[in-house]
Amino acid sequence: MSEALATGGPPARRARRNWVPYALLAPGLLWLIVFFAVPTLSLVSQSLQTGDVYNGYVLTWNVQTYVDALSTYWPQMVRSLVYAGLATVFTLLLGYPLAWFIAHRSGRFKNVLLVLVVAPFFTSFLIRTLAWQTILGNGGLLESTMSWLHLTWLLHGFESFLGLVNLGTGNQLLYTPFAVVSGLTYNFLPFMVLPLYANIERLDLRLVEAASDLYATPFHAFRRVIWPLSLPGVVAGTLLTFIPAAGDYINSVLLGSTQTVMIGQVIDSQFLRVLNYPLAAALSVVLMAVIIGLVMAYVRRAGTEELV
Amino acid sequence: MADHGPGDLRLTEVTKSFERFTAVDDISLTIPQGSFFALLGPSGCGKTTTLRMVAGLEQPTRGSIHIGDVDVTALKPYQRNVNTVFQSYALFPHLNIIDNVAFGLRQRKDADWKRKAQEALDLVELGHTARKRPPQLSGGMQQRVALARALVNRPDVLLLDEPLGALDLKLRRQMQIELKRIQSEVGLTFIHVTHDQEEAMTMADTIAVMNAGRIEQLADPTTLYEKPASTFVANFLGQSNLLPAQVAGDPTDGLATVRTQDGDDLVVAAEHLPAGIREVWVGVRPEKLRLGGDGRNQLRGVVTDASFTGVATQYLVRLPWDKEVVVVQQNDGSGKLPVGENVTVSWEAGQEFILDQRQDADAGAEIDDE
Amino acid sequence: MTWIRRHLVIVIGLLVMAYILLPNLVVLAYSFNKPNGRLNITWQQFSLDAWLHPCNSPGICTSVGLSLKIGIIASLTATVLGTLVAFALGRHRFRGRAGTNLLIFMPMATPEVVMGSSLLTLFIALGVGTGQTTILIAHIMFCLSFVVVTVKARIASLDPRLEEAAADLYANPLQAFRRVTFPLVAPGIAAGAMLAFSLSFDDYIITNFNASPSSVTFPMYIWGAAQRGVPVQVNVIGSIMFLGAVAFVAFGQVLASRRERAGTA
Repeated sequence: MSEALATGGPPARRARRNWVPYALLAPGLLWLIVFFAVPTLSLVSQSLQTGDVYNGYVLTWNVQTYVDALSTYWPQMVRSLVYAGLATVFTLLLGYPLAWFIAHRSGRFKNVLLVLVVAPFFTSFLIRTLAWQTILGNGGLLESTMSWLHLTWLLHGFESFLGLVNLGTGNQLLYTPFAVVSGLTYNFLPFMVLPLYANIERLDLRLVEAASDLYATPFHAFRRVIWPLSLPGVVAGTLLTFIPAAGDYINSVLLGSTQTVMIGQVIDSQFLRVLNYPLAAALSVVLMAVIIGLVMAYVRRAGTEELV
Repeated sequence: MADHGPGDLRLTEVTKSFERFTAVDDISLTIPQGSFFALLGPSGCGKTTTLRMVAGLEQPTRGSIHIGDVDVTALKPYQRNVNTVFQSYALFPHLNIIDNVAFGLRQRKDADWKRKAQEALDLVELGHTARKRPPQLSGGMQQRVALARALVNRPDVLLLDEPLGALDLKLRRQMQIELKRIQSEVGLTFIHVTHDQEEAMTMADTIAVMNAGRIEQLADPTTLYEKPASTFVANFLGQSNLLPAQVAGDPTDGLATVRTQDGDDLVVAAEHLPAGIREVWVGVRPEKLRLGGDGRNQLRGVVTDASFTGVATQYLVRLPWDKEVVVVQQNDGSGKLPVGENVTVSWEAGQEFILDQRQDADAGAEIDDE
Repeated sequence: MTWIRRHLVIVIGLLVMAYILLPNLVVLAYSFNKPNGRLNITWQQFSLDAWLHPCNSPGICTSVGLSLKIGIIASLTATVLGTLVAFALGRHRFRGRAGTNLLIFMPMATPEVVMGSSLLTLFIALGVGTGQTTILIAHIMFCLSFVVVTVKARIASLDPRLEEAAADLYANPLQAFRRVTFPLVAPGIAAGAMLAFSLSFDDYIITNFNASPSSVTFPMYIWGAAQRGVPVQVNVIGSIMFLGAVAFVAFGQVLASRRERAGTA
């Protein structure tokens, strides 16, 4: 930005204006194009190729791979979406009161609590997930605490209940769908709390008073005033939770069993162990397409077009 | 070229068009060095755009801007010896007060910046806040810091963009007096943009009333108030009663006669009559009217509303042809007239102003002080 | 009853807070355990062994070193690239803004497993061998968007009149940037860099797709160890990261409040 350019009057200034943003964008966008956009195309292309690792692949537009992939792995696909959906609902149920508490009821501890919500990020995701093995496992922290409190019957009752609703095996907590969904809920809770907090903190609590002044019960005040106003936070939080949860397989591997296999696990093993690249690529493409479809439908229904 | 002084600010045929509209439409004016000048108008009238062009923050689409004999039209804001007090003050939140004030001096490598900045802070009576940060000061204090930050550079022209808009009424009055004092002390050219007509009248030597990108009238406060050149100015600055009338006969002894719809004859000063116009508005300010007085011009009417404001009582009086006039009566102890009372409204000849009836009687009236 | 109703949100909030922190406390507590076998699941006895010898498990410190190295390089690069993009978005008009926003948003809306596998197909197609370089490329890619969003939010919260005021006070665009814009955006850039580092340091899924047996990051080390029993040292390193982060933020808070007090004095 030389002086000559700066003093050059309107035409030079115009040229400079046009040139600067592209220069700023170029490195970052190039990186994303080469290492995100191009790979995505490469993934689609891979899914339509035939061949094998040793003899190479040829693009044959083989759609059969998709048929095979879906007919074999649709249960894992559906399970991933269901688990992610359940985890999203639970994070919302837990995260909303927490965000409200931090935003409006925590007084001078607000910053401390915010730090404590984020701090677990710094202990590795894997370590924290493994800690749930320690907590939920047979002979683990929960069981010993319960037996110390003479509440073992409560724990067993809960386990049987989980068995009845297909979220458990009836006699343990770890290695069950319950453990996987709990792990997902736990791991993605901060992703829900932070956008909710950002939204709820800006809510004017006098609105509740105004609503109750206009004859709304607390429930109605929440439903008709507070909830609609917190929707942007809810939408952001649910997306930030659902999307990574649907692709995650760390929780299903570490806390689940062969009965809880999620689609990410299948993609991982097809890619890295079975070396069936087209099948793995096809599953990735389907997962992405399903998520984009769900997100778009959801965002349209929620009526918030502003995402970033 | 001799019609301007060495430090006068001149705008010549300046126009600023944006994609969809023209914000400033062919404005020419000269602001003498050392004057306190106000640009007054409703929001969207182009006054802020004019100011920003003088500051260099906007480029005129056409026209030129000179300070003395120097053409500054194409100069960047940082190349002009013009400083601005922004509406939101725009104090740098990461710098303390003294560093804020010294910003311009240090930018221009003034070795004596410390002393000058401290002096400027002392001038606005905030010397003790030098080490504080902007968010720790009240609105009024921040405003004074912003003023010191601009003043300290001794600019040719100091621009004030609604600088008092964010302050409450009491503080505003105080700051108005303060600003006026500082201006006469330092003797710089001040250009003050405001939508508050009272503020402009209190402070400025000369006011340009702007409307829809043009200057409606440029005059000193008294002339603007007593002899508005358009219905817009008449309504925007204070209240006006505009009575439609027709010029009747030729003036004698410096007085002329006009006739209202009802056939009442009103006597006006002949010099107020615009040349060659027969259909006119006779404008009279509410405080010039008397209830039951013995002024030369008399109209009958009925009181339809009376509101007591302490200093005065404001009456609405309905004339027989359904026109309502506003009368402001000083609280001289004479008591309040009841609604429904038949009254005579009177005033002296020569206290009126006269405008062309083709102008919109409501122009500028519906605009509130935001 | 009214007490419960009035304080319900506090009670639930604290319970959820406990749920969030419980695993961290378990990790910390079990870093002082001396397990009998390989599984660090049941409490045996208190021991400082792991804290005194954090590297005393084959490969663990090498993997931490690699993760730190990748985390630092990736977060610095992503911060530089992302900050430039954020300034373009926040301070300039240009054609193709919608496309740019989409390109920034998509990586955040794509599951890791899809990003990891698609990058792998690219490397396979190009015949590029995976390793440290490919891990770095992947990490910079997925951190970039988060930096852009963080810095952009900070830029958007700045009053554009501050830059005009700087120009009005004789600062040319470069000087205005150096003395006003950059210092004010800096906290956002720092936050973006920290976020990028923690994302990079913590990533397993994308890394796993683009790594080689010779480039084992800390999360990959843990994953491998999880199959046969996680050494106590892993708890130690996890706890150090957690306590370090808390201490870092607390230190920042103290510093900020002290500066505030110095200003009022």
